[in-house]
Amino acid sequence: MLTVLALASVVLLGTAPEPSQAISIYTSWERHALVGSDIRLSCTFFSWHFVSEDVSFTWRYRGDGSRDTISIAHYAGGEAYTDNKGPFKDRVEFVGNPKRRDGSILIKNLDFSDNGTFTCDAKNPPDIVGRPSNVRLLVFENLPIQAGVITGAIIGVVLGLLVLIVVIYYLMRFLVARRVFSLNVSKHGKKKKEGSQQRQLWTPPPLTCYPLP
Amino acid sequence: MLLILFGVLVFHLIVLILLIVSTASSKWTVESQGHSDLWYNCRSHSQGYRCSQASNEDWIQAVQALMILSVVFCFASLIAFMYQLFRLVKGGRFYFTSIFQILASVFVMCGAIIYTIMRPDSHRQYGYAYVLAWVAFPLSLFSGLIYLILRKKE
Repeated sequence: MLTVLALASVVLLGTAPEPSQAISIYTSWERHALVGSDIRLSCTFFSWHFVSEDVSFTWRYRGDGSRDTISIAHYAGGEAYTDNKGPFKDRVEFVGNPKRRDGSILIKNLDFSDNGTFTCDAKNPPDIVGRPSNVRLLVFENLPIQAGVITGAIIGVVLGLLVLIVVIYYLMRFLVARRVFSLNVSKHGKKKKEGSQQRQLWTPPPLTCYPLP
Repeated sequence: MLLILFGVLVFHLIVLILLIVSTASSKWTVESQGHSDLWYNCRSHSQGYRCSQASNEDWIQAVQALMILSVVFCFASLIAFMYQLFRLVKGGRFYFTSIFQILASVFVMCGAIIYTIMRPDSHRQYGYAYVLAWVAFPLSLFSGLIYLILRKKE
């Protein structure tokens, strides 16, 4: 029974539906970097087939304002080839692990002229149908603060302080009511819970002596 | 007595509405071709109207935060007023209401001052949202002080 089930699962998995397969390529949407720094552009893919020996990655670059696309990195047949003539000469390095479906590249010493769109195309034979993925690179002199970070920080800090003060206030009132601290609370008549009497310092009841009949 | 209560409540609501309009409206600075700050910069080109996000510089974010905080504190003061109206002991003062309202006025003041000083173009005109912020500051301060001297009667 178990062997029948195992055989059936192997047969079913082996005959996965062919027409709906396509390779899916993933990169970041947009990357920000400082001038002079290095950046690692990641590219991974998902494929229904195992990673074949003929897996290939191709990185292309199109600068902002340019209409030409040039190739800057290529991995095929177990060898990585990088730009040796173009604007990325000696600056790009293939750092991915193709066996793990990772085709990332490292670009060193960024400049403002590197602003543009990088396209990663991966092929895993027989899975060759896929849509290349683009990642935009923005190079800044100073990294700008994202909109809303400072706003959220200020609001969070002030509201947090408010909550803290309220908690401490009620804690102090609770502790004073439990007579842990000895504060003068006789004037403390602002906010009361429903039904509770006004609390005062405990004074001993007046002693009166009645003459014995 | 009921009239005073009603008047104070209406005053508080007016202050809250002023703060909300001033915070949400994006017309702190106006010029002939458009308006800008606090959230959007809008320009009218030959092809139409185009809006973009307001610049994410530090001081604009600080003004945004202070205006939002003033709205929050004014609203919290309203809630505290409602609560203290029914739960306060006779003869007590509306301390929480007053504190929150005064804090709201302080935040509006800080926001308006920061915007006035740090604005880059001094030749452009101020919009109505900026004016509303400056109007809301003394009104909210006054409202907070009223709560300070108000006492709950029998």
